[in-house]
Amino acid sequence: MPATAAQSQAPGEVTIRPSVSDGPPPLPRRVGGINRSGVLNVVGALVFAITVTSLLFGRLGPFSGPIGFVFVMFALFIASYAALVSVSEDGPAVLNAVMTVLISSTAVIAVLALFSVVFFTFVKGVPAWFHTNFFTQDLSSAGPEAPLDVGGLQHAMVGTLWMVSIALAITIPSGITCALYLNEARGRVPRIVRTVVEAMTALPSVLAGLFIFSTWILTFHFEKSGLAAAFALSVEMLPIIIRASDVVLRLVPGNLKEASAALGAPMWRTALTVTLPTARSGLITGIILATARGIGETAPVLLTAGYTTYLNTDPIHGPMVSLPLAAFELVSSGIDNYVTRGFGAAAFLLVLVLVLFILARLIGGRGPGNVSARQLRRAMRMSHRDLERFLAAESRAQVPLLDLTEGNAPA
Amino acid sequence: MATTFTPPQPDSGANKPRNIRGVLTGSDRVYLNILLAGGLAVLVLTLLIATFLSTRGLQALSVAGFRFLTTEQWQPDAHNFGIAAVLTGTVFIAVTALVMSFPLAIGTALFISELAPAVVKRFMIFVVDLLAAVPSVVYGIWGLKYLEGHVVGVSHWIARWFGWIPIFNVPGAHPDSPVYGNASYGASTFITAIVVAIMMLPIQCSIMREAFSQAPQGEREGAYALGATRWGMIRSVVLPFGQGGVIGGTILGLGRALGETIAVLLIISPVFRINPHILGTGGNSVAALIASHFGEASRFALSALMAAGLALFVLTMIVNFAASAIIARSRSGAMSEV
Repeated sequence: MPATAAQSQAPGEVTIRPSVSDGPPPLPRRVGGINRSGVLNVVGALVFAITVTSLLFGRLGPFSGPIGFVFVMFALFIASYAALVSVSEDGPAVLNAVMTVLISSTAVIAVLALFSVVFFTFVKGVPAWFHTNFFTQDLSSAGPEAPLDVGGLQHAMVGTLWMVSIALAITIPSGITCALYLNEARGRVPRIVRTVVEAMTALPSVLAGLFIFSTWILTFHFEKSGLAAAFALSVEMLPIIIRASDVVLRLVPGNLKEASAALGAPMWRTALTVTLPTARSGLITGIILATARGIGETAPVLLTAGYTTYLNTDPIHGPMVSLPLAAFELVSSGIDNYVTRGFGAAAFLLVLVLVLFILARLIGGRGPGNVSARQLRRAMRMSHRDLERFLAAESRAQVPLLDLTEGNAPA
Repeated sequence: MATTFTPPQPDSGANKPRNIRGVLTGSDRVYLNILLAGGLAVLVLTLLIATFLSTRGLQALSVAGFRFLTTEQWQPDAHNFGIAAVLTGTVFIAVTALVMSFPLAIGTALFISELAPAVVKRFMIFVVDLLAAVPSVVYGIWGLKYLEGHVVGVSHWIARWFGWIPIFNVPGAHPDSPVYGNASYGASTFITAIVVAIMMLPIQCSIMREAFSQAPQGEREGAYALGATRWGMIRSVVLPFGQGGVIGGTILGLGRALGETIAVLLIISPVFRINPHILGTGGNSVAALIASHFGEASRFALSALMAAGLALFVLTMIVNFAASAIIARSRSGAMSEV
């Protein structure tokens, strides 16, 4: 009788009370999985909740509104589900069932939030896409009253392209250099730099914009331009690239680098031909995610790029507008057609981010050192070429450089 | 084949430890210096931002003095300005958002790491990562054009039934009047906070998920062996082991929420007074203040904005360092005791 063990326990000890003390031995608890009574309980509770709530809202109660409907229905569902489960199960199992429903519904809310944001943006924005001029014209000819078949956001697309390209040209080399430094250098300085980079990822984006605005534009008297916006975006993107690269470079196996060093390669060669190619997929993923972030940033661009409705292909002179900034300005203008165009820009932005994101997924699925079949074939080809080169050198030198006798040949 | 091993003679004097330090060639030195330059450039850039904000901000701070923290108004050219309203507004938005996002984040993280079957799990990870990738301006315009209209009714309902709780009270609005609208309940801290909560959900969720998935298998099976249900196992194993990740992720999300600019700028109707009535129209945040006032002509006004930016910077740094310290400590300590 295990239940008697609980009676003589010291204070503070945990009591484990089996729910069944007599009778047949309890069945082992089923953890997870789907069974018929579980499904029937859920369906039954759902039917009960929906019908009772409809009655309350339509006929009996003083309630109204879709949000209230959902709330009342959810509460009724939880209560009736708990009641149904308690018919056949013990207390902990009822609690488990209720918590499972609660946890699952938070996940449903997260999905609904994403769906709602994406769906609404597309529903409001896609009408602007139906006119090809959205992609081929700027907004200079389209006043507030202009219909959607006049004017477009080409200037914002060009602006985004310029700003993000310049920012990438700055951040990729400097970011990867810094990440290499964090991995190759020893001592206290790299640790300080790593902490500082960590802190920089937390920098509110508006402060990056404010910094560039007050230095580049107010102190050095350059004009608001795409270049200034690119600088501000670089401040935002740099720590992202550094952190992502730092993580993947750390995963490069040390024996690869040591093998390279043992073959006599200088450090820069090891980095260029061994370390970086091994971590390539991770590095590209980091860069793509930073690009996605940079494309969507509004606040730094708002402070540094100025706003224009004209197409400007010169990133150094004159104001330049990016897609998120255009979306912001157009939607907050409150004019119907402008709002639609703004949502069009936002929807286009979402498509860009989604494409980048899927790209990052496809590339970043593999860890360092895991090569695709194509990369493996190329490595084997290169290895064969090396062997031929060695053999040719050997025949030229008339001295055996490579011992290929039995037992010594490379596998 | 036999090998003979001769132990080294300790006192022979000839057996000094071999020098195993590598020799750096010229190209190695150049390479290391380039790397060092890259590392130091980042360091210098960050220090530059910090010093620039503080030196320029100090000009305004020296004029305002201690009143900078207590003044609600923002009239820098009249030397009457302070961050009392905007800083509290920032905190109100962030904390309200936190209250909403915390249960969602912890639930979603538990669902992904404990409940979901493999296919659903991959889909949910995709959803959460995508939520993180959606630009903040998209959330902002969604909140402005879609959410606000739907939430005003909820705000009215909360104010009507829970108005006796001070923060849910909306002064100036008559809760019983059947006519209500954006004038009283729109553009509020509450609506902004919902949007910010969705924005901070993914970062909180992914850190919690990582912490939960590291809960040791042995303890999980131990809980099941003692007859625990799945929720019992989660409560007694997964949550205690993931505690550090839960706290750290929550605070990290808070850091993000403090710095959010565009969504706040789009949705909230800016006021320069401390407004603790989160359901009522009006609120503010430091980031939104900077984004809406940076164009002011005077040099001193800009310096005042820098000071506000500095306060925000310090606040986010403290929050973030606290978060990463907690996360780091929980990682090293999260090990099975078996």
